[in-house]
Amino acid sequence: MADTGDLLHTVTNDNLSPRRVAFGRAVIWGSAGVLALVALLQTLHATGQIDVGLTTWRPTLYAYVLWAICFCWGQVLVRGEQGKRVLFVLPAALFVISMVVFPLLFGLVIAFSDWNLSSPTGRKFNGVDNLIQMWGDPFYWNALRNMVWYTLAIIVEYAIAFGLALMLNSQIRARKFFRVAFLLPLMLSPVAVSWMVGKSMMEIRFGPLARLARELGWAEPSFFGSPWMAKLTIMLMDAWTFIPFMMIMILAGLQAIPKEVQEAAKVDGANGWRGFWEVTFPLMLPVTITVILIRIIFKLKLADIIINVTAGGPGGATDSVTSFIFREYRDRSNVGYGTLLAMVYLVIIILAITLFMKLVDRWMRPKY
Amino acid sequence: MTQIFRDSESDLAHRAKWFTGRVAIYGALILWTVICLFPIYWTITTSFKMAPDVMKGHMVPWWDYTPKWLGWKSLGLSPDTIGAESTVRDEFMKRFLNSVITSVSSSALAVVLGSLAAYGLSRFSYKFGYMRNSDISFFFLSQLILPPVVLALPFLVLYKSLALLDTRIGLILLYTLTVLPIVIWIMRDQFAGIPTELEEAAMVDGLSIWGAFATIVMPIALPGMVAAFILSLVLTWNEYFFAALLTSTHANTLPVMVASQTGSQGISWWSMAALSFAAILPLIVIGVVLERYIIKGMAAGAVK
Repeated sequence: MADTGDLLHTVTNDNLSPRRVAFGRAVIWGSAGVLALVALLQTLHATGQIDVGLTTWRPTLYAYVLWAICFCWGQVLVRGEQGKRVLFVLPAALFVISMVVFPLLFGLVIAFSDWNLSSPTGRKFNGVDNLIQMWGDPFYWNALRNMVWYTLAIIVEYAIAFGLALMLNSQIRARKFFRVAFLLPLMLSPVAVSWMVGKSMMEIRFGPLARLARELGWAEPSFFGSPWMAKLTIMLMDAWTFIPFMMIMILAGLQAIPKEVQEAAKVDGANGWRGFWEVTFPLMLPVTITVILIRIIFKLKLADIIINVTAGGPGGATDSVTSFIFREYRDRSNVGYGTLLAMVYLVIIILAITLFMKLVDRWMRPKY
Repeated sequence: MTQIFRDSESDLAHRAKWFTGRVAIYGALILWTVICLFPIYWTITTSFKMAPDVMKGHMVPWWDYTPKWLGWKSLGLSPDTIGAESTVRDEFMKRFLNSVITSVSSSALAVVLGSLAAYGLSRFSYKFGYMRNSDISFFFLSQLILPPVVLALPFLVLYKSLALLDTRIGLILLYTLTVLPIVIWIMRDQFAGIPTELEEAAMVDGLSIWGAFATIVMPIALPGMVAAFILSLVLTWNEYFFAALLTSTHANTLPVMVASQTGSQGISWWSMAALSFAAILPLIVIGVVLERYIIKGMAAGAVK
């Protein structure tokens, strides 16, 4: 391992005895051997060739954990000081790899099979049948279209959040009170929000929002009646919980702008509106991009509110991809098809976000 | 005495403009405060209402309705039922405890794993195969993009064969995974701001790397770790999707309990309100008391 680029230089006098190195290797390979043996036994048991009397795959899991610990320990034994450095990153890396990479690979297998948990036949490999089914599934495409609309709503959320951040950043009294009050919606669980706002405050007969709407001249308020109204309501509730998040990040960005810049602009005659568009806003562009990117990532996970308030209705108008797959599993136990839909979603997300970042990159470059 | 200085007409106009500006700002601020706080206020007051109060749309306690403990009685948490046996309360406490255990331990685990990784990445250069530091960082942060639904069904099947379905351990592991990128993001920023001279001095004095990390760096980075912990706590406490899929009777968390009761809406608003409020109360307290840390955590990501 090349030491160049280390920020922290250490002078190490590693005199590792050959016995220690040999012991370290023995620990690593020995535990790997145990893992392989246990896994082999379990596989044989699962395929029905021998009977060890096991009901779950737990022993393999324990053997894996043992191997992971021995692997970390062995690093220190074999590589001394370098091993101690690796030990900082290794646990997290092993954890993420075992929790993401294995399930993803396993998910790929599931995605190309016909597997309904409630049917007794078990898993059957069926090639691209799921893909063909997806191609002809209007509800999935509808859910994807909805996600585009939900994502576009971020622009409005961003504008509101920016406005709030500007107000919090100006000379006001009781700033701390307003900051806490504005932050609170973020702390609330989406499930509780979907009852508090979606089911009780928007209740048609005696919810306070329905009353307010009637006062304002909407004769028969119905927040989930028409497809567009329902979609808008879901957007509003999601915006309500996440605007504070964007607001805080924008506020941090605003506070990082040196006061001198704005004062200089004022001296040069850039008053409020022009000062904002020509000084503050361009300076905020990097923060803006971070905020919008993170918000998009969170938006793509949107599901809790939809599952609990509308369950995708009316007629799939409010479905997000996540809530659609959730129901695909809940109502039909269709694991294979659901996993394929999720995998396709993941691919679309990765492509879209890469494209977004490329575009932003190109758009930013000439300016700086 | 005669007045020497007099405000001219134009100065007065300026003042009027300033004044309307103030009114507009405070008006907007107060409007948004109402938008933010009214649902919480509505939930608290509804939990003390009776059926007629709900239907008549009464809003202000003691003024247009008399508060009753109805909602809290149905949870077994009102003054007259708190001493008595109550199956609903036991159920609620069980879910509450599940939520506390899963969110606290997964946040703690994520902060430990994430801080170590972030420290390593900010101080040493690694090479795992073709992966260098920036690749490793990207590998960790890219987990944020992964939507939970992609992992949900494979985990369902995996947990079933590992007998981890409906256990708290299973949930804790998954929650740790979901908040780990955020922790690493915040902590990387924190450690980058600590000068390496501190550790170098400590190591000259004979401490090992791990000793220097534990005794010198960690105390300095503690506020950042608290911020990461609180943010993780908020996210894991509110998590619903995995909990709804992977738990059924033993390891249910509070959001699942709240969600399972929403079907009966219109029948007992007061008990739903009490339940919802009990579910959000811990985080409201955290939000008010530890607001500084939450803002610090989120700001760490925004400004680089």
